[in-house]
Amino acid sequence: MLRRHLAAAAVAVLALAGLGRPALAQPAPVEIQFWHGLPQPLGGLLEKIVADFNASQPKYRVVPTFRGTYPETMVGAVAAFRSSTAPHIVQMYEVGTGTMLAAGRAIRPVHELLSGTGVTIDFNDYLPPVRGYYQAADGRQMSMPFNSSTAVMFYNKDLFQRAGLDPNTPPKTWQEVEAAARKLKEAGISCPMTTSWPAWIQVEQTLAMHNQPLATQANGFRGLNAEMRLAGPLMVRHMQNLVEWQRQGLFRYGGRDAAADGLFPSGECAMAFASSGLRARIIREGRFQWGTAMLPYYGDVAGAPRNSIIGGASFWVMNKGPNAGATGGRSAEEWRGVAEFFRYIASPEVDAKWHQDTGYVPVRRASYEVARRAGYYQQNAGADVAIEQLLRGGAATDNSRGIRLGGYVEIRTIIQEEMEKAFQAQQSAQQAMEAANTRANVVLRNFERQNARAAQ
Amino acid sequence: MDRKVFFKGRALPALFLLPQLAVTLVFFIWPAAQAVWQSLLQQDAFGLATEFVGLENFAEVVADPAWRGAAANTAVFASSVAFLALAVALFLAVQADKSIRGAHIYRTLLIWPYAVAPAIAAVLWLFLFHPSIGLIGRALNAAGVAWNYQLNGNQAMLLVVVASAWKQVSYNFIFFLAGLQSIPKSVLEAAAIDGARPLRRFWTVVFPLLSPTTFFLLVVNLVYAFFDTFGVIHALTKGGPGKATETLIYKVYVDGVDNLNLGSSAAQSVILMVLVIALTAVQFRFVERRVHY
Repeated sequence: MLRRHLAAAAVAVLALAGLGRPALAQPAPVEIQFWHGLPQPLGGLLEKIVADFNASQPKYRVVPTFRGTYPETMVGAVAAFRSSTAPHIVQMYEVGTGTMLAAGRAIRPVHELLSGTGVTIDFNDYLPPVRGYYQAADGRQMSMPFNSSTAVMFYNKDLFQRAGLDPNTPPKTWQEVEAAARKLKEAGISCPMTTSWPAWIQVEQTLAMHNQPLATQANGFRGLNAEMRLAGPLMVRHMQNLVEWQRQGLFRYGGRDAAADGLFPSGECAMAFASSGLRARIIREGRFQWGTAMLPYYGDVAGAPRNSIIGGASFWVMNKGPNAGATGGRSAEEWRGVAEFFRYIASPEVDAKWHQDTGYVPVRRASYEVARRAGYYQQNAGADVAIEQLLRGGAATDNSRGIRLGGYVEIRTIIQEEMEKAFQAQQSAQQAMEAANTRANVVLRNFERQNARAAQ
Repeated sequence: MDRKVFFKGRALPALFLLPQLAVTLVFFIWPAAQAVWQSLLQQDAFGLATEFVGLENFAEVVADPAWRGAAANTAVFASSVAFLALAVALFLAVQADKSIRGAHIYRTLLIWPYAVAPAIAAVLWLFLFHPSIGLIGRALNAAGVAWNYQLNGNQAMLLVVVASAWKQVSYNFIFFLAGLQSIPKSVLEAAAIDGARPLRRFWTVVFPLLSPTTFFLLVVNLVYAFFDTFGVIHALTKGGPGKATETLIYKVYVDGVDNLNLGSSAAQSVILMVLVIALTAVQFRFVERRVHY
């Protein structure tokens, strides 16, 4: 709270100083409401960027508000839109993309915003998996990419050494991971490996990196009538492995979403598949030597490995309410302000600083260059692994661009629930993936029915 | 002298009633009516396309195996929480009612948990029972008990039941203690002179005289277990593993807030509303007959 006040005060002071003449002579700046879902310390860093933007020019003032977790922010934005008080910009997590896109009149696509205001942003410079996740199937930019991460493998070099493994050659394939896990277990390490975000990392990432579909219609990019493909041979094989490894004590299921995050920094687990954003916490809490490596893959699958997909969030531009008409209920100046703010956060310097401060990946090649030239990756070995993994294999394919499925939040929960039942030995891996597939299809069909008319 | 005040006409009494009626209308009747209306619709999250589907949402909810599972979980959960919270509180109240040294401190300490917010309470339990960071969780695993509530549904249920009951014990304790203190000593002394031993005195004299309190607490505890335990479940298990600890109220939240499936969520909350009204009515109709005031 104090920090927020200080930031606001700093903005006020800077704005006054920057003008060089009495503030009263200026027309009041146009206010842009911006809702975000990042808790501290990330939220503070985001609000600092907003404050810097406000200080950089006198015409627009972006007002950031923390609205709780991503789901809470989403529900808040939905309710605000229904009562015609929607914010101009709302930050939405990547799995909400399908829901936002289907919202039709509720949102103003970024490409429309930019062409309407004459502001240009070079999206071709963005990392393909980043921009692709938030584009329509024909390549038009729908939302503004911002905080993006991907999943990587962290491994404990001290434990590797104790097990007689080379701490400087992390395992690349799942076969090598399994062999390393066995050695670690023989050396008396109780948790050879674990995973955070079981659905995102072990299902979505695995399929994308092996260039296999999660759903038909290019993972939903081509239409609401997509059907899940969760029970394919690769997925069943991988799930069987995880369940078997769990039974043998090579793998530990650490809970849903980010629940397993703590197992690696505490030194308990030797290998962890987690968000690249976990890096900051490992630096802060880890009392051991550690390394970063790309996610493992199956070496015998043709076309693997290619780029991983992203997580994180993007910024959506919202119309004011259901009856706002063609103007979206905003003045031309307000739209212009939103576009100017997007141009500001798209600048490589701002993006590179955000990347280095937070551990999110840079979303542009140019920002990656800025950070490299500043020597960031020499001082922070492994911080570029996530970016290289995202760039691997060139342009993203239909299977590795991302996921565009409605109700995907629910589907992730379903996948995790069925995985848990398999880990409890209540059902086989095959049954788990089939059950998840069936239940997820019900969600997709409901979503299709609810949104078929809204999208028109 | 009759000091009853009479108001002439209808306007003035209506005026006095108005604030209470307005509050009830705005904060209870209106949202409830909205929920009922929403439960009859299929709608996208942003409310751009609406389709009136009659009772289809209800039919889908009742036919959904996940909802039935949640209903079964709720039955187990609510009865266990109510029983555990009442039994422990009664035991503690009886002990606190005796003349012991430091009774005041003892009583004060017992009331504290009630002041802890459900989510915080859940985090405290997490710190105790988490399989890899929890004090007791680690000790259990070290002792050879395979304790992992993240993967064992029964252990997860046990944990949320105990954590929820713990929260409610202090509330029950206060009422039981007050109830015990209002039982005339002469009745107990008479029973003692007649040769009744303490245990018999408790079951034949104290417990029946406490029945109004027990009945009131039973209703309150069941409502608590149905509605107010959301925070504990959300912070401890999020309804998992699988769907082992997903109760009806938690499912309403997940379907409405996370999944943005408003029609189904509204239908579930209407069913829940009817269920709790029915449950309370049954209690007043049948259980209250056995209560001596």
